[in-house]
Amino acid sequence: MPHTRLLHKRLLAVFLAALLLLFSPLVLPLEGAGRWFGIPVLFIYLFAVWGGVIAAAAWVLSRLGD
Amino acid sequence: MIGNALIIGLAFAYLGLLFGVAYWADRRADQGRSVIAHPTIYALSLAVYCTAWTFYGSVGRAAASGLDFLTIYLGPTLMALLWGSLLVKMVRVSKAERITSIADFIGSRYGKSQVLGGLVTVIAVVGVVPYIALQLKAIAWSFQILHHYPEVRMPGDGDQPLWGDTAFVIALLLAAFTILFGTRQLDASERHEGLVAAIAVESLVKLVAFLVAGVYITYRLLNLEGVAPPPSLPPLSPDIPPLLDWLAISGLAALAVMLLPRQFQVAVVENGDVRHVRRAIWLFPLYLFLINLFVLPIAVAGLVVFPDGDVDADTFMLTLPIAFEQPWLALLVFVGGLSAATGMVIVETIALSTMVSNDLILPLLLRRARGRSPPADLGRRLLAIRRGAIVAILLLGYLYYRFAGEAYALVSIGLISFVAVAQFAPAVIGGLYWRGGTREGALAGLSAGFLVWVYTLLLPSFAKSAWLPVAFMESGPGGLDLLAPLALFGVVGWNEITHGLFWSLTANIVAFVAVSALREPNAVEAAQARLFVDVERRAALKRATLWRGSAEVAELRALAERFLGVERTQAAFGRFAQARGIADPAALPADGETVDFAETLLSGAVGGASARVMVASVTDEEAIGLDEVLSILDEASQIRAYSRELERKSLALEAATAELREANRRLTELDRMKDDFMSSVTHELRTPLASIRAFSEILHDDPDLPLEQRRRFLGILVSETERLSRLVSQVLDLAKIESGHVDWRTEVVSLQAVIDQALAATGRLVAERGIEVRQDVPAAPALVWADRDRLVQVLVNLLSNAAKFAPPAAGRVGIRLVAAGPGWRLCVSDNGPGIPEADRGLVFEKFRQSASGGKPLGTGLGLPISRQIVEHLGGRLWVAGGTGKGATLCFELPAHRPAQAERGSDYDQTHPDHR
Amino acid sequence: MTKRILIIDDEPNIVISLEFLMTREGHEVRVAGDGEAGLAEARRCRPDLIVLDVMMPKLDGFAVLEALRADPDLAATPVLMLTAKGREAERRKGLELGAEAYMPKPFSTRDLVRKIAELLARDA
Repeated sequence: MPHTRLLHKRLLAVFLAALLLLFSPLVLPLEGAGRWFGIPVLFIYLFAVWGGVIAAAAWVLSRLGD
Repeated sequence: MIGNALIIGLAFAYLGLLFGVAYWADRRADQGRSVIAHPTIYALSLAVYCTAWTFYGSVGRAAASGLDFLTIYLGPTLMALLWGSLLVKMVRVSKAERITSIADFIGSRYGKSQVLGGLVTVIAVVGVVPYIALQLKAIAWSFQILHHYPEVRMPGDGDQPLWGDTAFVIALLLAAFTILFGTRQLDASERHEGLVAAIAVESLVKLVAFLVAGVYITYRLLNLEGVAPPPSLPPLSPDIPPLLDWLAISGLAALAVMLLPRQFQVAVVENGDVRHVRRAIWLFPLYLFLINLFVLPIAVAGLVVFPDGDVDADTFMLTLPIAFEQPWLALLVFVGGLSAATGMVIVETIALSTMVSNDLILPLLLRRARGRSPPADLGRRLLAIRRGAIVAILLLGYLYYRFAGEAYALVSIGLISFVAVAQFAPAVIGGLYWRGGTREGALAGLSAGFLVWVYTLLLPSFAKSAWLPVAFMESGPGGLDLLAPLALFGVVGWNEITHGLFWSLTANIVAFVAVSALREPNAVEAAQARLFVDVERRAALKRATLWRGSAEVAELRALAERFLGVERTQAAFGRFAQARGIADPAALPADGETVDFAETLLSGAVGGASARVMVASVTDEEAIGLDEVLSILDEASQIRAYSRELERKSLALEAATAELREANRRLTELDRMKDDFMSSVTHELRTPLASIRAFSEILHDDPDLPLEQRRRFLGILVSETERLSRLVSQVLDLAKIESGHVDWRTEVVSLQAVIDQALAATGRLVAERGIEVRQDVPAAPALVWADRDRLVQVLVNLLSNAAKFAPPAAGRVGIRLVAAGPGWRLCVSDNGPGIPEADRGLVFEKFRQSASGGKPLGTGLGLPISRQIVEHLGGRLWVAGGTGKGATLCFELPAHRPAQAERGSDYDQTHPDHR
Repeated sequence: MTKRILIIDDEPNIVISLEFLMTREGHEVRVAGDGEAGLAEARRCRPDLIVLDVMMPKLDGFAVLEALRADPDLAATPVLMLTAKGREAERRKGLELGAEAYMPKPFSTRDLVRKIAELLARDA
């Protein structure tokens, strides 16, 4: 059970980090941040954070039982 | 030109493949070798979330408004991170209660309410049927667009005759497929293994199709000739919607991914193992991530290739391969879109049909039966009802498609459907964590939310489709601006979805909480609340303890047989009997546990609320009051904890009592010893004092005493005073040693030196009494680790004792030092009267002296002090044997050898008194 | 008027002081160093008064007192108890067992002499 509780805590941490990185005013400055190889920076940022969140969740679960 | 035959053949082949997969998986399940019992299959089945709306619509939304399509997938990604607790809890509750649908879940939670289940069903059907229509439209469109290959032409209005209408044919086909795999048996809580396998395959197909198309179109986009290079051209809006909408719609999607009837079906009802949820926490978001990876390049390519805007962006997925003249890619995309649409339609329809039959129609039938035992053929009738519901729902979807057509009402229906099912959130999530919700509260919340949804989202969508006057939207009914559906209470500037979501959920939650607050949950609600909220501690809770009444096992069995068939009922009762340790199911006691078992078994077929009504019709249940229920529940959940706690406490108390008794005994003993000691000290002090006082008074009162007598009395005074001061210092000494306040100065000491020093100190006494001292001491220094002064004190004591007891003039005292094992032994003997056997232990007690020598000569503390010193130095002091020939007292101390110098320091450390 | 007084005490210096005081008052003094010897001496010399210590080897003062009271010849002989244990419980015990007087050590020689005179006078 403490194992499960730790898992929940870590996933909650990932959740809060994702909330902050994707849904807070942190994303606003990126709207006009121009392009990178022709692709708007915001696109790259959102997909990078998204992929990072999934990787973090996968990592947490691989450490604490899948 | 792609021939109709090829397209139709491909579609049929694809559906046939699914059919084959489902059939195969069902066969395997029947053989007990499930193919879907795998966490990856579970995660793939969740991807039924991605419909044609995703497959075609994401590109359309991206082309129209930039990044806001991502909300639909970011929300669920975040929600998935919380599944470890939230979804797991929902699955546990549903397994335990044999929940068949989200309507059943909500109805069961609030006291197995039929009305609530019915309301949820109505909301779900109204909210989701247009969403099904959208899928039918997508299939029909894709069929028609492909049909025009290589021409890119938008489908015209649905002006074909009914039987030529692809959407209608598709609806019927899907109805047939759904009936085949969704209603093989009545027990809806039993998993549809074939269906889940087929859905997983569909998820793979649509993902592969999307990725292949994405890679190809991106490749073409980067190599487009005749147009400006890509970096300068993406005409997409690179922005996200205002932050509030961004957050609100993501939150909406996060709720929808759990509460949509089809999502509840695959995530909860079809879940085979609660541990599978864990992999879905990252695998399902990964799926969403992958299927969105190429949305933006495809949208850009579409805008570049079709700059005039005459091609609907929703069709870019299909029209781009056509424009690039890639028939096989176009066909692959068609199959991918088909799989996305059919997967959604099939699962959604099964979920809705279960709800319609169990939570809408069956309660009506039972109401008509009015407490009589339900008709014998109800089971078969129910299956027919479910099949009819499937056909009806698909036809409703078709009709909505026919009448909404190209209208706004269909295009925007995805998010509007999401808001409708989001109304379940307060009742579901609140019901899992809050015990206070009541049936009326849930009814009020759902009704309020649903009505606001109709008003702020559904009616405006009708108005935009020109089915209602547009003026109504702008100024509200009767020109009341405050009630304008899109700007309720003057709220303007929000996205209409955000607006509708906010007001509907606000109304919902306020009504839910406020109405729940009107009264305490009643008995059944309280019981169900505990079962849902405390599902993790279920072992301690049994609803069966809450049932009281009379029942017939045979009647319960007959009831179950009507719905589950004789064979399965027999098997289930057999297993139950076995679990209770009863060989013959017929011998089962008709108690609460059996009734509860039958009710739960039946719940899997007809839903919790109907099962309760039916079981009640064949049993005679006594009403139990709320107080009683609560007290039973409290007892059930707390009594174990209490009794364990009590047991632990009483044990601890017992131990503590014993300890206390022992401590008290020791204290009493110590107190008695202290009293004895004080009494002895008092006695010993008073005795010389008495002499001193007597002689002082005599000398004072008799000034004419002869000089000789006066001198004698003065001599007594002096010796008694000496005795008194010696006594006082020895009492203090002893007290210091015993309380550990002695400053021990240990060092390497030679015993020969100690002997010399002690002899020097006792020299006068020995000489006065004319005693001969003999020494038998080796020449090599006998080294010990000790406090020199204390050791001298011990030896002086022994020598003066010996000198006192040895007969005057003829007295002999011997000192003998020998090696004894690892230490040194020093003995002092005299030729006095000796110590009788019986007194040998007593001489070391305080104020005890051997009586054989007449009036003792010392204070009675010398030997006790000596023993304390020797024992502290790690040795022992005792009276050696031999009677009649005088007394011999010996002590032994461990020898100190130079090589063991460290031992000395060890010794220091292990003896805290070395301060 | 000469009386015979028996002193039973194991403290030599106390005995010396008592002997001096009694002799000075003109009494005949006998001495015993422990309880057993004291009891034997009492039976032999039939003293007019016994000064008895409590804490003694072999037989303590209370035992001697009991034996005296049990002996018809000695039952009436007045006994003055001297003790270094000044506890009230022991005082009461001594008086209950039939001692005529009880004095704690250290004692006042004047009080002791007066008390002895009193006891001897009462006896006469």
